[in-house]
Order: sequence, then C-alpha cells, then structure tokens
Amino acid sequence: MTDTQQIAYIAAQAADARVNVELETEGMTLNIGPQHPATHGTLRIIVRLDGERVVAAEPVMGYMHRGYEKLAEVRTYPQVTTLVNRIDWLGSFANEVPFILAAERLMEVEAPPRARWIRTALFELSRIANVILFLGDMAVQLGAVTPVFFAFRDREFVLNQIEAVTGGRFHPNFDRIGGLKDDLPKGWIEETRGVLARIRTFCDEMEDLVAGNEIFEARTRNIGVVPADIGLAYGLSGANIRASGVDWDLRRDSDMGLAHRELDWKVWTHPDGDSFARYWVRLQEVREACTIVEQCLDGIPSGPVMAKVPRIIKVPAGEAYVETENPLGVMGYYIVSKGELVPYRVKIRSASFNNVSITPWLLEGVYVPDVISILASLYFILGDIDR
Amino acid sequence: MGLVENGKLPKPLTALLNVSRKYSLWVYQWGLACCAIEMGAAFASPRYDVMRLGVIPFPASPRQADLVVVSGTVTDKMAPAVKRLYEQMPDPKYVISMGSCANCGGPYWDSYSVTKGVDQIIPVDVYVPGCPPRPEALLEGIVLLQERIRSEDMGERWNGDPIVVS
Repeated sequence: MTDTQQIAYIAAQAADARVNVELETEGMTLNIGPQHPATHGTLRIIVRLDGERVVAAEPVMGYMHRGYEKLAEVRTYPQVTTLVNRIDWLGSFANEVPFILAAERLMEVEAPPRARWIRTALFELSRIANVILFLGDMAVQLGAVTPVFFAFRDREFVLNQIEAVTGGRFHPNFDRIGGLKDDLPKGWIEETRGVLARIRTFCDEMEDLVAGNEIFEARTRNIGVVPADIGLAYGLSGANIRASGVDWDLRRDSDMGLAHRELDWKVWTHPDGDSFARYWVRLQEVREACTIVEQCLDGIPSGPVMAKVPRIIKVPAGEAYVETENPLGVMGYYIVSKGELVPYRVKIRSASFNNVSITPWLLEGVYVPDVISILASLYFILGDIDR
Repeated sequence: MGLVENGKLPKPLTALLNVSRKYSLWVYQWGLACCAIEMGAAFASPRYDVMRLGVIPFPASPRQADLVVVSGTVTDKMAPAVKRLYEQMPDPKYVISMGSCANCGGPYWDSYSVTKGVDQIIPVDVYVPGCPPRPEALLEGIVLLQERIRSEDMGERWNGDPIVVS
C-alpha cells in the first residue's frame, strides 16, 4: 500500500466513523409556561426540540382571556374605560385614549386644547412607566438581576406623578369623553421635570450597564432577526417593527388627536432587526418620550379641560375606528354604536397579539436559551394578547 | 414527627417552630395579571422591599415554597394549573389571594371566562382587597399571615381540617 493509498484509506475510515457517531437524537416536547418568568404572565409556548435546537414552536393563548369585547357590550361608555385600563396593565392611561378618541369621533365632540396636551403628557408618561420595566426585565431574563431593581426604583417616581394627577398608580380611569376628569394639581409640572431628569439618568445607566455589556451583546446580537418584510407580513408594530428598519410611527404619521404632531421629536429605527435592536430602540424611545413630556410641560395651553357633553352619554349610531401608537405597538378600537347607552360592539386590536404571532416563524431553529431572550425582546403583555 | 401528627407537640417547641417559620416564608412568584406588577414592586423594588419581613421571594420551584401569592385574574383555563401548583407545594402551605379578581372576580364578575374567586379551587388564608392593591397592602397581608403563623398550633393544622378564615 502506497502512502497515497494509505492516506485515502484513513480518510475513508474517518469519514465512515464520522457517519457512525452521528447519533439519531430523539425529539422532545417542552412546555414553556403557562407559568414562566419569561412570559410576563401566563403565555404557554410548546416547543418541539431536536437536541438543543427548536424544530417547531406553537404559542398557546387564552390563559388570561377575560372577555373584554363581550363585557364592553353591557357596560356604558364611561364604564368601558375602567375595563380597557386593564388590557395593557403597565401603560394603562394609553389604553383609554384610543377608545375615548373613537367615542369622541362618533359624538363629534372635541377635547379642549389643554385636555389634549395633558393627555399627551400622561400618554407619554405611561409609555415611560411601561418601557422602563422592559429595560430592566429583559436583563433579568438573561440572568442579570440588578437592572430590574433600578427599573422598579425609578418607575415609582413616574407612578407617583401619574398618581398625583389621576389618583391611581396603575389604572387611572381619568380620560373622559370630551376631555379629562380634572386639571393638573399645583406644582405638578415642576416635580415632573425632576422626575424626567431622573429617568434620563436611568437611561444612561441602562446604556452602560446593559446595552454596553459584553455578555448582553453576545446573547442578543444576530439572534431573533426579523426582516422588515416578514415583520410587516405578520403585522408587527411599535418598536418591534422599528427595530427592523421600518420608519413607521402613528404618532407622527397619522393624526391621532393628540398633540404629538405639534412637538419636535424623532422616530428611532435600527437596521438590524435582532433582539439587541429591539432593546436599543426602546431605550431611545424612553428618552424621546422624556423629550415629548418636557415639551408638553412647557407648552400646555390654558383653558378648560372638559368640553360641553351631556351628563348621560348616549353615542349616536355609527362606526368609528381609531388607532394609536401605544407603548407596545398599534392599538385600535372599532366601535359600533346603535345610539344606546352601551356600545353595540367593540373590537379591540391590540399590539401584543400580532407581536406574538410571529413566534412560530422566529423560534424555528434557535437554541433553547435564545427562546427566552427572543421572547423577552418581543415584549408582550398577556392582557394585551388574550384580552 | 409522630408528636405533631398526634397533636401532642409541647408548647415551647411549638412556639419556637412558629417563630422560625414566621420569619422564613419562601414565597413562590406566581404572576398572573396586573397585580403581579404590584407584587413585583413589593418584592423587587427597593422602596417596599419584602425581605425585611423575612420573606424570601426566590424559590425556583413550588416544591420549595411555603407561600403562594395568587396575584391576578384566574381564568377557567388557568384554574387547573393553579390547583396543580398548589398541590405541588409541601405542607404547611399558605395562600394569599391578591386583588379583586382573585378574591371574587372583581371587574369581571359577569365574564364568561373568569373564575369568580380563587377560593373556589384552593383554600385561601389572607385576602388582600384592591384593584390592584398597593404594595403596602400586600405587605400588610403578609404581616397578618405572619401573625397567624405565630399563634398557630401545628397539631391542629395537621389534623387535616381546613382552617376557616374569619
């Protein structure tokens, strides 16, 4: 046997051996949830595993289904805001706004300018209260516990400001058809400026502590990449689609009936579309929300906060659909009225439902630990999915 | 521990056991809905800080937990999972029902998919009212539960009869 033959023989043997040691792995089905810290509540995801890779993933929803659309048919219009507060429980005030705007459009009343500006300020404050918890929570999913303590610490100050105006930390129920329940308390504007400075410091801390962290980048860069066309096809909205490079923000692109278009701010996008981009875009959005609130505080016009509306609210027959850019994405209310005290039908389009519907496509072929980081970066809230 | 099962535990030993149990409650994090965020604020936020009461909120599994806080709406689809979780916990175990939804259904009292009160499926020791309760309210609920544990007779608890909360 010559040298060449021998080398060829050894190579063939080695190739054979390699084929033989490649073991057949047995598939495994793993339930993530319904109780899992990464699911922000009770989402259940059934993943089919081959070794450490996900072959198929299927989200199971409905563990938090509370029947809002049916309940809204037996509640009067002012009572519905109490319910819809609880859809996205982190940014409650933002949930009332599209419903109230749709009802105002049907009744053909318009909120006075002062009410519109205060609404805008509270809308963005609830965005801050919502998203800074994500900024801390995503780090917890990846094993860093400290950032969530920071997030809860600074969130309290934002909640204090919301509570000072509305009386509720979580569920303000403050928006009325035709304006707001009350005016701002004395000294609120100056206090809020201090809180915003604190939130900006928090954002800087998060940028250093989390976004600039080597381990965090290794766990999120190039993981869970959503191309822009796929994201649009699945109906992603909010920061999830802006992180894929789509420059789309309803606050700027449509007339929501709030004061955003009269202010000077910027829509942030990121070209990558991975988990890191989603984190980064939300971090910038908190800063931008601080800018918006500051401009609101400077420019709140004087005047009444409530337009003239009858005491017993009967909405004329008709249909209206209003959608706004909520902390989690596009949230819309489609109201059908037959001229009675209660809505005939309310259809709620919530952002998280569409944001989660991409998971079967997105989780295919990723490793199990990345499932957690991808789910955390998509940022859904269970009440917003199941309603 | 045959003495405990027969209800013949000596009084000083009971007192000692109760004090130590009172200050080492391991609470399982069972976040369901809105109240979970207020529970998180009570457990993880530096402003409220539940650990100063001797409550440790980080067991990895219900099998290590003494206390579960049912924080939020229990739907009919979720109810079997809640019951199963409760059954996995070792005795003696305690339940705090947090918020209107877990107490009685709350704003969803006429919903077709919501269980009207978690006490329909598992026994509840302390009810914390509110929608959602402030973190201070949850802390008071925990303090009340600790008072109960302090004056508890282990033998009575191990008889198997459920303790009725007045």
